[in-house]
Amino acid sequence: MKILTGNDLVTGDVIWWTGDGWSRHLEHAVDVDGQGEAIAAREEAARHVNTPYVIQAEMTGEGPRPAHIKDRIRAVGPTVRPDLGLKPADPTIGDWVI
Amino acid sequence: MYQYDEYDQAIVDARVEEFRDQVRRRLSGEMTEDQFKPLRLMNGLYLQLHAYMLRVAIPYGTLSGKQMHMLAHIARKYDKDYGHFTTRQNLQYNWIKLADAPDILAELATVEMHAIQTSGNCIRNISSDQYAGAAADEIEDPRPWAELLRQWSTFHPEFSYLPRKFKIAVIGSEEDRAAVRLHDIGLQIHRNDAGETGFRVFVGGGMGRTPMIAPVIRDFLPKADFLSYMEACLRVYNRYGRRDNLYKARIKILVHEIGADEYRRQVEEEFLHTRTLGLDAPQAEFDRIAAHFAPPAFESGLSDEIDRSDPDFALWLDQQVVAHKVPGYAIVNISLKPTGGIPGDASSAQIDLMADLGETYSFDELRVTHAQNIVLPHVRKSDLYAIWQKLDAAGLATPNLDLVGDIIACPGLDYCSLANARSIPLAQKISERFGEIGRQRDLGELKLKISGCINACGHHHAGHIGILGVDRKGEENYQLSFGGSGAEDASLAKIIGPGFSEDGVVDAIEKAVNVYTALRTDGERFIDTYRRVGEAPFKEAIYG
Amino acid sequence: MGDLIRFRDDETHEEPAVTLDAFLGQSNATAVRLEPTDDPRALIPHLSRLSLIEVSFPKFRDGRGYSIGSILREAGYAGELRAAGDVLVDQIGPMRRCGFDAFLSDAEIDRDVLDKLLSLHAHVYQKTVDGRAPVWARRHG
Repeated sequence: MKILTGNDLVTGDVIWWTGDGWSRHLEHAVDVDGQGEAIAAREEAARHVNTPYVIQAEMTGEGPRPAHIKDRIRAVGPTVRPDLGLKPADPTIGDWVI
Repeated sequence: MYQYDEYDQAIVDARVEEFRDQVRRRLSGEMTEDQFKPLRLMNGLYLQLHAYMLRVAIPYGTLSGKQMHMLAHIARKYDKDYGHFTTRQNLQYNWIKLADAPDILAELATVEMHAIQTSGNCIRNISSDQYAGAAADEIEDPRPWAELLRQWSTFHPEFSYLPRKFKIAVIGSEEDRAAVRLHDIGLQIHRNDAGETGFRVFVGGGMGRTPMIAPVIRDFLPKADFLSYMEACLRVYNRYGRRDNLYKARIKILVHEIGADEYRRQVEEEFLHTRTLGLDAPQAEFDRIAAHFAPPAFESGLSDEIDRSDPDFALWLDQQVVAHKVPGYAIVNISLKPTGGIPGDASSAQIDLMADLGETYSFDELRVTHAQNIVLPHVRKSDLYAIWQKLDAAGLATPNLDLVGDIIACPGLDYCSLANARSIPLAQKISERFGEIGRQRDLGELKLKISGCINACGHHHAGHIGILGVDRKGEENYQLSFGGSGAEDASLAKIIGPGFSEDGVVDAIEKAVNVYTALRTDGERFIDTYRRVGEAPFKEAIYG
Repeated sequence: MGDLIRFRDDETHEEPAVTLDAFLGQSNATAVRLEPTDDPRALIPHLSRLSLIEVSFPKFRDGRGYSIGSILREAGYAGELRAAGDVLVDQIGPMRRCGFDAFLSDAEIDRDVLDKLLSLHAHVYQKTVDGRAPVWARRHG
């Protein structure tokens, strides 16, 4: 599947396109199919997102899993400081990223 | 250390206002990201993996307790309670919001700090020797010159849109503690035959994709010509540095492609012109700046005796404390490399503690080193034990200076959008593997440096052991190299063979270290043995 | 394209600027246009008969024009020095310090923003061709 991601312009938070808005949570990301670039351009012009781009992901039981480790790290936070990430209480998050 | 006068303060304050307006225009849509990016980079603000990252300048690595306390305050108020000290003596915050950036810069300005030109295609923070003003081997304190360069390069209108970033380092001793030969311009104060001090000028060093050791462009530059000559060097680069290819845009490529002789010729020709323009500050200005770097009020008649009866203290003393030029005093190195920790990171509490120690014990002065550690430059020997106790309680007393546990690592893929692989987890594993301090001391000086991508912010080309993280078919992979040095014996590390997984490279390092201990002769460091015996025994042991 | 912004009292030059090659090849042009790769020093023998030198900034990140402007003013050029092309409002201040006194941007320049930016920096660290006293001169009279 293809999903759309970027950073929030004001806060810098990593965000994912949900179909009708942007969420900090990867699980809410939807398949943008071939529309990714068009949505990205529109949303960036409206300043809802900064530097958006389309990535490959596969759908799993836990939601989309980005194909590249960089985006998995973006999704949850630095692997070396899980306490600062999006899921500080999840002990399995390190395995999910790698 | 340097104190701002009304002019310096006005300049920094004006920049804060300018940036505040630029942020406003970005948020309102008057500016696109493409237009805003160079402007925010010139204020040290990156967009990284998780948030904006702000790189605060610590000019030539020197700061006061008050400034250090402000760094802790900003970490608490605007970030997640910690900061990261970098290989260019700066500090990075990883969790900054764009909307907060102007306020952060305003707060920094109240203590004479800023983030000016810590990124962008302009002249960056001038770096220097962390022992400047304190080391016994110093010919002359390089920092007044670094401050002169800082002022000259700040908002220099001709050099704000260079082909690429520009890094300058200045030292004042024969021993090179700032890796000047691996900078775009390296300046080394030395004496000529007439006994005058002036600068040896190196141009065209650097790491990254194509590492190079800088050739000497001018062996003796008189002080009176300092800024005119720098103008000439930069102007030739601004005019003729490549702009067609991002990866070939540094001055090292220009010097390499046209040759050092031709670059020198062009600079000398331009210099004949620039020296007529009255660009050099008068002697009175240099004297004014230099007065700020006058030695502190050292006491005389202090004891050189140190009670070594506490074995942990003695261990720390032997590794972390370096000779000072004044009797009764010492230079203290504070390790930000606890075993298994994140190299260069410090919590706001630790930063506050170090600030307090600087204020109480070091004439209110601290330094940041390229190895991502902190220095208290002027400490009475009689205070060393008390300092050690406080450091130890705060997890800042690991006695591993320049040992294999004193790892330099860039933030890597955990933080950085440019990275191909993570560097910190690898640093942690290596640190744990060699955690036993007795073994580290037996191995001796072993500078291990890790970069998470080819941009080489971890300086892996200059590592006795250098590691480069790469992306190999979507997986993190690590290239191992040996034999690099950023000191006056500058050399570039050479890759030993095919890359490894994270665990694989830790094992490979252990094998290499065992080769070293088997083959070393008396007094040889790892790098000395490698240089003597060559790569073959290491290659054999690692790849079998 | 935006309007011409000028910081000169004399009349705007109407004659179109010719390329450097064309200028050096012919005898009567009074306006020349320099690309980032052109050597401004080729004009030094002819500066007294030039009323306008236009320096092209094809991409705002390409900073060669700043050196070109500086070199021309250092050589004594007193006519209009115009920055043309991808010129953003935040660059006009630094360009003025490099000798430019006219700006023809591809985009509209917000004059209120420009006025504010130009008034912000009361002090400068370096001596450049704009004649402003650098801070070290103010410090030591």
